Amino acid sequence: MSDFTPNEMMTIAASRALRSDDVCFVGIGAPSAACNVARLTHAPDITLIYESGTIGTAPDVLPLSIGDGELCETAVTTVSVPEMFRYWLQGGRVTIGFLGAAQLDKFGNINTTVIGDYAHPKTRLPGGGGAPEIATSSQQVYITMAQSKRGMVEKIDFFTSFGHGDGGDHRKRLGIDTAGPTLLITDLAIWKPDPETREFTVVSLHPGATRETVQETCGWTVKFAERLEETPAPTELELKTLRDLQARTKAAHAGTAKKGKAA
Amino acid sequence: MATFLPLSRAVSDNLNDGDTAAFEGFTHLIPTAAAHEAIRQGFRDLTLVRMTPDLVYDQMIGMGMANKAVFSYAGNPGVGLLRRLRDAVENGFPQPLEIEEHSHAAMANAYEAGAAGLPCAVFRGYRGAELARVNPNIKSIVCPFTGEKLAAVPALRPDVTFIHAQKADHKGNVLVEGIIGIQKEAVLAAKRAVVTVEEVVDNFAGIHPNACILPSWTVHAIAVVPGGSHPSYTHGYYARDNAAYLEWDEIASDRERFRAWMQENVIEKSADDFAGRVAHLRKAA
Repeated sequence: MSDFTPNEMMTIAASRALRSDDVCFVGIGAPSAACNVARLTHAPDITLIYESGTIGTAPDVLPLSIGDGELCETAVTTVSVPEMFRYWLQGGRVTIGFLGAAQLDKFGNINTTVIGDYAHPKTRLPGGGGAPEIATSSQQVYITMAQSKRGMVEKIDFFTSFGHGDGGDHRKRLGIDTAGPTLLITDLAIWKPDPETREFTVVSLHPGATRETVQETCGWTVKFAERLEETPAPTELELKTLRDLQARTKAAHAGTAKKGKAA
Repeated sequence: MATFLPLSRAVSDNLNDGDTAAFEGFTHLIPTAAAHEAIRQGFRDLTLVRMTPDLVYDQMIGMGMANKAVFSYAGNPGVGLLRRLRDAVENGFPQPLEIEEHSHAAMANAYEAGAAGLPCAVFRGYRGAELARVNPNIKSIVCPFTGEKLAAVPALRPDVTFIHAQKADHKGNVLVEGIIGIQKEAVLAAKRAVVTVEEVVDNFAGIHPNACILPSWTVHAIAVVPGGSHPSYTHGYYARDNAAYLEWDEIASDRERFRAWMQENVIEKSADDFAGRVAHLRKAA
């Protein structure tokens, strides 16, 4: 087994959670890499959907945006954006919504809108895009992000996308009948919500990670499962697939640059 | 009925100070040339509508043309934040910018409602989402049949929509292919529509009967601008200039550098310069 980085472990652990029969609405960034590694390894028939309207896409390189041309060229079909959100997402056809987060709390609520006050923000982030409805219309939500105290906080500044709210049956009380966040994959661990409180609980530590490193990089007091597992290290195939994909991506994105203008 | 015009005329005839304007494109087919022409003509007090305001709205806001932005994702896709928009929201520079923020589902539904001639859009959305607290245009409605509480937002009806498309035929019918995004709805929702195209062909013989075509009588003006969506892309013509998106992050991070770039690359240029910008991207498409 060769060496691997925590980020590679995160992407590969996230990819393992996906199945060939999943219909996955893919967020850009870390989720996109994980979804495509899954497709290129154990889940060849997975349906990947990007919000630009591409259904069943199989890009050879990772897109920089959710609307890169290759997504359309390799898709089973490309539909308009309103159709995407109405028939396919709102229609309940997405099994997994895969999201990243700028700020996350222990109940899987996500902020990608502002740091600070909404009217007078300290930092204006891009906003929700498709996420508010992905978070509530997908049958389940997976979240992936690298751990940091800035990112994983006790209280998020803005509820862009609703997870389990204050925990417990908060989703149900709002009339949301989908499962919400059921899995969080970070660069250090795999987390699942407690069946009662819905608080994310560490169920598996990645190789090399410890309870201490997980706590040091998380802004809330971390709960650990009684029986803590160790995430299997990436296999040669998983690692090679991810690295090849990233190398192809880098070459492709640099390839469109003008001479003397590096990407 | 669509009239073929030089881009400068197509813009000056159809855009006015104070208009609500949509320059739509969902990563693909962004009407950059039209936006740059609007910047050169110096319009003011615009309400800019777009699901994904990216570089062109960052540029228009940075040039002080907009009072308000209606949007659902204000980022440089895959790169990061929009630094001119941020400067306007966080610091009121170069002028304050009112924002009306939605989700993609809401904006897409609102354009569709506009195209359908409805006053509002109804959809299952914003559940638990805090945007409903800060945006007074997000309300709810109860289904009269099931009692389900659904989200409602006003229809979008821009004064003018600008889009870029692959081609027009001689009669002025417009063909949009690939990631078609929200363009059809944005055109049909608007009072006026202006389309830039890569080329004009004799006719659309041989294309699929279900292709996305905007009939000539739904469009007011067409301008032929090869490369007109750069650094976005036109499916079948040239690839996305991802390097330019990465570079923009640096340009927009500094007020002076931004102004200098705009002077050199927009103010002192014309629609004719776009073709050269995509020459190195054509075989990659």
